[in-house]
Formats: sequence, C-alpha cells, structure tokens
Amino acid sequence: MSQATAQEVLRGTAPQVDTRRRGRPNVPGIVGTIFTLIMAAVWIFPLYWAVVTSLKRENDVLANPPNWLPIPLTFNAYSAVLTESGLLRWYWNSVLTGVIITFVVVLLCMMCAYAISQLSFPGKNLLFWTLLAGFMIPGQALTVPQFILMNDLNAVNTYAGIILPQLIAPAVIIIYKQFFDAVPGELHDAAVIDGAGEGRILFNIFLPINWGITWALAIVTFIGAWNAFFWPFIITSSESMMTIPVGITQVNDAFGVQYARTMAVAVLAGLPVVVAYLAFQNRVTEGIMATAGLKG
Amino acid sequence: MWRDALLLITPFTLLYLIFFIFPTFRVFQLSFMDVPLIGGGGEYIGFENYRELMSDSRFWSSVRHTFYFVLLTVIPNTAIGLLFALMVVRLNRLKSIVLAAFFIPFMLPVSVVTLIWQWLLDPTFGILQNVFTFFTGQPVAVFGDPNWAMPSVAFVTVWWTVGFNMLLFIAGLQGIGKDYYEAASLDGATGFQIFRFVTWPLLWPVTALVLTLQLIAQLKIFDQVYLLTGGGPFNSTIVTLQYMYNEAFQNFNGGYSSAIGVALFVIILIASLIQIRFLRTGGAR
Repeated sequence: MSQATAQEVLRGTAPQVDTRRRGRPNVPGIVGTIFTLIMAAVWIFPLYWAVVTSLKRENDVLANPPNWLPIPLTFNAYSAVLTESGLLRWYWNSVLTGVIITFVVVLLCMMCAYAISQLSFPGKNLLFWTLLAGFMIPGQALTVPQFILMNDLNAVNTYAGIILPQLIAPAVIIIYKQFFDAVPGELHDAAVIDGAGEGRILFNIFLPINWGITWALAIVTFIGAWNAFFWPFIITSSESMMTIPVGITQVNDAFGVQYARTMAVAVLAGLPVVVAYLAFQNRVTEGIMATAGLKG
Repeated sequence: MWRDALLLITPFTLLYLIFFIFPTFRVFQLSFMDVPLIGGGGEYIGFENYRELMSDSRFWSSVRHTFYFVLLTVIPNTAIGLLFALMVVRLNRLKSIVLAAFFIPFMLPVSVVTLIWQWLLDPTFGILQNVFTFFTGQPVAVFGDPNWAMPSVAFVTVWWTVGFNMLLFIAGLQGIGKDYYEAASLDGATGFQIFRFVTWPLLWPVTALVLTLQLIAQLKIFDQVYLLTGGGPFNSTIVTLQYMYNEAFQNFNGGYSSAIGVALFVIILIASLIQIRFLRTGGAR
C-alpha cells in the first residue's frame, strides 16, 4: 500500500477522500463538519484555559462562576515565576542539553548510516542487526545499570549525565540509511573516481541531497530531548541541574495552590515546542512519521 | 577502504556499546545479584531475585495496574485517533487548524500536561468539576479516588497522545486511491459500507502499526501516573516501571530492581510477539 507523504498530508495535496455529491445541500457533511469543529474546540480547551488562567490575577482565578476571559489582564504570574523560581535556569539547561543532543545525534548517526549504506567494512551486518535488535529493549529497563554507570563516572547531576544516554538514537541511523540507500550509486562512484574522501562525499554530496530529512530529524530530536522526562528525572536531583520538564514538577510544591503561576510555568515550558511545531509543521510531521516507520 | 568506514562508525558505536549494550548485559548480571544501587560490592545469589519476584504480590499488582492502563488506553486511543483522522481528511479550508488543535497536545512535555490537568480537575476550583457536579451531584477528587484514578490518567493520556495516532491514520487514509471510493459509490455503497468494505481493510496495515506502537508505549507507562497520582491512592496505581523505580531509588535494591527491569522487558517482548501474530491474521480478509 502506498503512503501519502508528510508534505502531501499537510498541504492537503494528497488524494482527497471526497464523498460529497454535487447539487443538493449536503446535510450529513455539514453536521459532520460542525461536530468536528466542536471536538477540536473541546480538545484545545485545556490549553486555552491554561493560558487564560495564567493571565489572571491570583484571586480572580478562583472566581465562581469562572470568568472565561482574563479580565483584568495581568502578567503578574509570569513576572513572578520568572523571578522567583528556577525557571530560567531550567530553560538554559534544556536549551543547552537539547542543542548538544540534537547536534551530536544527527551528526554521529548520519556518519554511521553513511558507512552502513555506502561502504563495506568487517562487522557491518553485525552492527546493523545489533541496532535492529536494540529496538526490542525498552531503555527504561536499563535504568539501574545506566544510573550505576553514571555514578561511577561521577556524572550524576551533570550535563554529561543528562546527555550521554540520550545520544543513543538507532532509529535516526535506520532512517538515514534508507535515504542514503535511495541516492543513485553512480554519484558515490563518480566522487570516488574524482578522488574525494568518504568524509567529503558525505558532507558535500549526501548531506546536501538530504537536507530535508536532516532538518526533520533534527527538529524531532530536539523536541524529544526538550520533552524527555524519565531519564533527566532519574539523573538530576539538585534543582539547579534540572531540565524544564523535571524542574516544573517542583513549582507546585513551591507555590502551593497559586494556579495562575502554575499555569504560567506550564505555558512557558510548553511554548518552545508548540512554536517549533507551528513554525516547522511539515518537518515535524515528516520526522515523526519517519520514526514511526512510515517513510515521510 | 575500511579505515574511512571505521572512522565514521566509531563515535556512535562507542557510545552505543558503553551506554546501551553494556547496560543491557549488566541489567541481566545485576538481576542475579544482591547489590545496593550505589556503593558497589554485592554478591551473586542465583535466581533468588526472580524467585522472590514470582511470589511478590506488590510486583504482580504493579503488573495488573500496568495491564489495566493498557486496557484503558490502547484501543480507545487508536479508535479516537482513527475517528479524528476521518474527521480531518474530509475538511478543506479548516483542515490545518483542526489538525493543529488535535495534534498540539502531543508536542507538550508530560509535566506540562499533568500540571494543566491537575488544575482542570482540581477538586475545589477545577473547571471540569462542574461536569462531575452535574452528573454525580458533587465534585470528585479524581486522582485521589481508587476507582477514578487510573481511568482519569488514561483519559489524560488519550488527550495528550491521540494526535500521534491521528497523524499516522491521516497518512494511511490519504494513501488509499480515489478510484476505490469512486467505484464503491458507483456501486451505490452507503457511507458506512464504504468505510467497512473499502477504508477499513485497506487501512489495516496502519491500524496494526498504531496498535503495536501503542501497546509497547503503554506497557512502559510511568511518567503521567507518577506525576498525577504518585502511585496512590493506597498504592492502587503503582505500575511496573514505578515499582522498579521505587525499589532502585527508594529502597536502593539495585539487584531486585534490575530483576523487575528484566521482567518488564520480557513482558513487553511477549506482549508484542502475541500482538504481532494476532494482527497479522486480523486484517487480511
């Protein structure tokens, strides 16, 4: 069965499932559209309510009946959480670890996939099958030995501790391998005849051909690193080393039932990934579908 | 020419060996030991950890809670994902905005999701308590109620992750050729018949993929449950991964915790093998 590509899905240029008849008014269609819009509104309501709550005064948050709009509007909650919690520090930790993880994952996996796809070397099949077999092992089951290893390396509560296990992304290798396999073989042969080294062929020929999937994988890897909860939660116990998803679980204890502030924290923590999604919708979709096993 | 290849694979392979393959062997080794989480030492005790595990009622109840969560999420999340995909693909101008509304929650970190839902369902001030008051006459502290806790976490999980399933289904639906639908409507098939005899069988490979991904993901449940209920009330929502976490990081039993990790690995392996076998025969009709 052929799949629509990610771009087609989002641009709506893929074949439409169109069962409308022309001429008379399509009552079931209109009812369906209205139902769809209601469901979409229901689905997005929690986010609307989080934003509205974060823009209210702390006392107005608890008003009964609730006020559906943030009137009077205030940014007090935002200035409070930015100055009184560790939020900026967690932001910095998340940005730093996320950028390093993204860069290293994409670079190393690209190199490894290129070698598997284009070159021959001893142990190639062993490496490839080990990577595939690795998908069977849930990373969380390895928590104890990974933690002991990090403790032995003195990496608990450090950036290295957060980053290192997150650099293992065999899925990125498998995806790159598929894309490199699709590059015509003559390109590689011609470059070798011209005397180019493998490193140059990768970065000057294969990478430029595959910028699209590279951006998709980079964005998805960054969002994944930004959102990662379990491992950073295990490896960081001091507040100053926490990433955003781990750190913000602390603010409920700090602020108590100050829901305007809690929601301001939630909005600020979620904003970067939502903006990244809205800005790069096609790439995010492509990356997610590729990692799910559907070629994007 | 091996030299170039080795240079290219070495950085990743080293990381993979040190931080994945080595811990994989080590978790099995530790599971045969009585060893503290930190401080080293420890001694081999054979299958003692596994023997204890088999008769450990807290372990089995954590497995039951995990499967209860699987039951509450896998099929609803797949069905609603398919429903949303069917709703989205027929839209034209509104398509991208409706798609974003369903999908954006999936982009959020888990703790943002749980903070928002703790507020929405706050027993005293939560806006959704109006719904509970309407139906049951009083607010319900859902995450502190043994009957409501797990279904509520499952509900939040569906809200959070259904967009992912929807995306896969949209791709699947748009891969079905238009001719199938034209032929079906020329034959006078109704909307439901078209879905039943055209869409559903042709979509089955995607449905099977979604079900498989869902099952594996939900067996690894920890984050949302831990953040929303902490395993309570009265330990009624402690899932297997949380039991492993508690044993390691509260009781510092490195060996026993590793045995739970191995057990989780085996459970996931068996469950996915059974499901793959079942799904392979399920669609081709």
